[in-house]
Amino acid sequence: MSMVPTLLSVENLSKSYGGVHAVRSVSFALRAGEILALIGPNGAGKSTCFDMLNGQNTPDSGRINLLGEDTVGKKPRQVWRLGVGRTFQITATFPTMTVRENVQVALVSYGRQLFNLWGSTARYAREEAGRLLDLVGMGAYAGRPCGELAYGDLKRLELAIALANQPKLLLMDEPTAGMAPRERIELMRLTAQIAREKSIGVLFTEHDMDVVFEHADRILVLNRGSLIAEGTPEQVRGNPQVRAIYLGEGLVYDSRHREGAGA
Amino acid sequence: MAFYFVQFLTGLASAASLFLVASGLSIIFGVTRIVNFAHGAFYMLGAYVAFTLTERLSGALGFWGGIVVAALVVAVVGVIVEMVLLRRIYHAPELFQLLATFGLTLMVEDLVVLIWGPDDLLGRRAPGFKGAVDFFGQNIPTYDLFLIGLSPVVLGVLWLLFQRTRWGVLVRAATQDRDMVAALGVNQKWLFTSVFALGVFLAALGGALQIPRDAVHHALDLRIIVDVFVVVVIGGLGSIIGAFVAAVLVSELNAFGILIFPKISIILVFLVMAVVLIVRPWGLFGKPEAAARRTPGLTVNPWRPLTSNERWLAMAGLAVAAMLPLFAGNYALTVGSEIAIFVIFAASLHFLMSVGGLASFGHAAYFGLGAYGVAFLAKMAGLPMVVSLLVGPLLGLVGAAIFGFFAVQLSGVYFAMLTLAFAQIVWSIAFQWVTVTGGDNGILGVWPEKWAAGPASFYWLSLGVAAIAVAILRVIVFSPFGFALRATRDSLLRSEAIGINGKRVQWTAFVIAGTVAGFAGALFAYLKGSVFPDSLGISLSVDALVMVLLGGVETVSGAVVGAIVFKALNIWLVSQTDLSKLVLGGFVVLIVVAFPKGIVGVLETIRNRRKSSTSESSSKSSLATSRIETAE
Repeated sequence: MSMVPTLLSVENLSKSYGGVHAVRSVSFALRAGEILALIGPNGAGKSTCFDMLNGQNTPDSGRINLLGEDTVGKKPRQVWRLGVGRTFQITATFPTMTVRENVQVALVSYGRQLFNLWGSTARYAREEAGRLLDLVGMGAYAGRPCGELAYGDLKRLELAIALANQPKLLLMDEPTAGMAPRERIELMRLTAQIAREKSIGVLFTEHDMDVVFEHADRILVLNRGSLIAEGTPEQVRGNPQVRAIYLGEGLVYDSRHREGAGA
Repeated sequence: MAFYFVQFLTGLASAASLFLVASGLSIIFGVTRIVNFAHGAFYMLGAYVAFTLTERLSGALGFWGGIVVAALVVAVVGVIVEMVLLRRIYHAPELFQLLATFGLTLMVEDLVVLIWGPDDLLGRRAPGFKGAVDFFGQNIPTYDLFLIGLSPVVLGVLWLLFQRTRWGVLVRAATQDRDMVAALGVNQKWLFTSVFALGVFLAALGGALQIPRDAVHHALDLRIIVDVFVVVVIGGLGSIIGAFVAAVLVSELNAFGILIFPKISIILVFLVMAVVLIVRPWGLFGKPEAAARRTPGLTVNPWRPLTSNERWLAMAGLAVAAMLPLFAGNYALTVGSEIAIFVIFAASLHFLMSVGGLASFGHAAYFGLGAYGVAFLAKMAGLPMVVSLLVGPLLGLVGAAIFGFFAVQLSGVYFAMLTLAFAQIVWSIAFQWVTVTGGDNGILGVWPEKWAAGPASFYWLSLGVAAIAVAILRVIVFSPFGFALRATRDSLLRSEAIGINGKRVQWTAFVIAGTVAGFAGALFAYLKGSVFPDSLGISLSVDALVMVLLGGVETVSGAVVGAIVFKALNIWLVSQTDLSKLVLGGFVVLIVVAFPKGIVGVLETIRNRRKSSTSESSSKSSLATSRIETAE
């Protein structure tokens, strides 16, 4: 395990708004190829954490080390250049372009051709865009206007866009929110497969516990801005504090987990 | 010392009207999210109506009653406008709201001339405030002192109205979340109407109160609206206290700027505005807008380059246009040259608006700068025509680079207001810096050289440049840069998340558009043989906006068609009627309400409908099945 390089390490990250501590002294690390879930009830500080990692928000204190660079104070586009792909809780795509063009723009940016006034975008990295769309199962939709897509397809398109800069780390904020149950499992299975193949680290937030316990290698549990538990799905499932604070008292597990927690 | 104090008081007195109009604009914007360009027109109407009433009614009661009644009358006009026009466009994209209210302004300008005549009108002096107070040898009109006292009173009354009445609570609630207020069962229609009435009342009152100080004339509207835009940009849209502080600030800068830079005092205001924008882009007292709601487009058909057939068709069209000199006379060729020049101008604005989503309301600035650039080079430096034509437009580039840098820090209505203010600043410099620009007399004698002097050769030159300009802009639309620009328009969040520096991309687009507009202006200077401040003026900026809108905002090259139709119509209209602004304004309002996709947009819709009606059934069903499959 120690041979696998650390992609992301977060130390004592804190952010407060007025008197409210949205995130307090959160520390964790993420290794290449690892799938890490960040869970917690509404208002636990997941999105604030995410925005700080992405550069959309600046922490009050703490350090974020991403691929050997300190990213505190960097803008989202600079963080992206370091090799971080991002998907949003509410999808953000370019509705007036085709599905393929959405990916091509990201490839144009990755190839540093943004100020190329003379080339043809239609021909730029067409195959690469097609490959990425095939990877997420959207190849058949390449020529469609993005504005016509169903929500689940938009989520998959976002994944393709997020993969365009050959990221080493994927930040996915509620990747399956608003999708049908079968689509959720499908998308996360796909993400996990890509992550394993390309050795990409994935950090995601999620409300659907089936998705989390099925796919995460490790789980971080946030409550009121603080990290209250960290571990494998088994460990977190059995953690009495998590059960009390986050999962609630009323949940009943099978006896094996209960015994494990009691021991 | 006494002199400076009096100057200070004069500034404070001028702030009163500015504050009234700006607070009205802010209140309306807060609730309806409409930036009412027609606010200056309501201010002017207030002054005209007050003039008539105070002339008819006698005595102190007649005067003061006349002022208040004038404001009420104009408020009623405002209510009618709101109910008939604005209610139809509350959900339209911002650009259309701005244009519709601009169209109204144009109509009012001609209407006041029709009713009150073109001459300046001097109003009565206010009973009880006719004298002046002596202050260490300097005179201060007592009416100024009255105005100085009035603005804090109005500010206090507005504060009480918003904090202490039920209506005020509803207005504040609607300012935060109008959908929520509607969901709570408040009649939104009447809330909007009453807010609009209050805003218009304040603007008209501001105009009416000016009549003892200033002559009433039909250009008051544009003068005040530019100042008001500067005030709300500095103070922050939606903040009444911001309007108050910024009105005082701007008026004082004007009062003292005249002492420091007598010729170009407006520079000082501009500098302050630039500093405020860099430090607090949302104004001194404004709040940062929660990520601007992207107004949904009218269509989602992705753009595509011309097919080879269409390219041949365009070439054929160009060839036909090039044959015009074979059968048309000199006048027609001159008109043809002018149309070609405006095709370039409209295409440059269209690029900025449709690809970049940046609606500039002051694009004429760069057209005019190009024209002046050519005039300077040809007349003063005596350079040959080809050199002047190629180098002159660089003045447009420089202007666009400077102003564009500040403008792209903002978006939406702030962007529109700022570009308009910049254009007005450039116009005042051209108008006031007589030693360099010739002021109102312009620069004469910018004639083309022999090879381009004939109407036919100049026509071919203009047509050729237009064809090249449109072709280059099209290439840029489909270039990687064009896609990056569209990406910033479609979703700032996503474009930033894929490494696009949105501001720099938009700035580049602004410079490209400004430079192309500069080339149009350069040709225009040679066509007319002269340059006047008019070629930087607001009405030219509006013409360009109308051409873009007429052609279709959401098309790739709609502006070409828009410019040809509009310019031909305009030239014909001016020859037919004196009320061209009235007709033009009505036309703008009509397009916005009834015809928002423009000519090319409508043609595309028809073509798409026809195309899809044949393939519709098969493709829709296959899409549906594939979706079901993925869901499984």
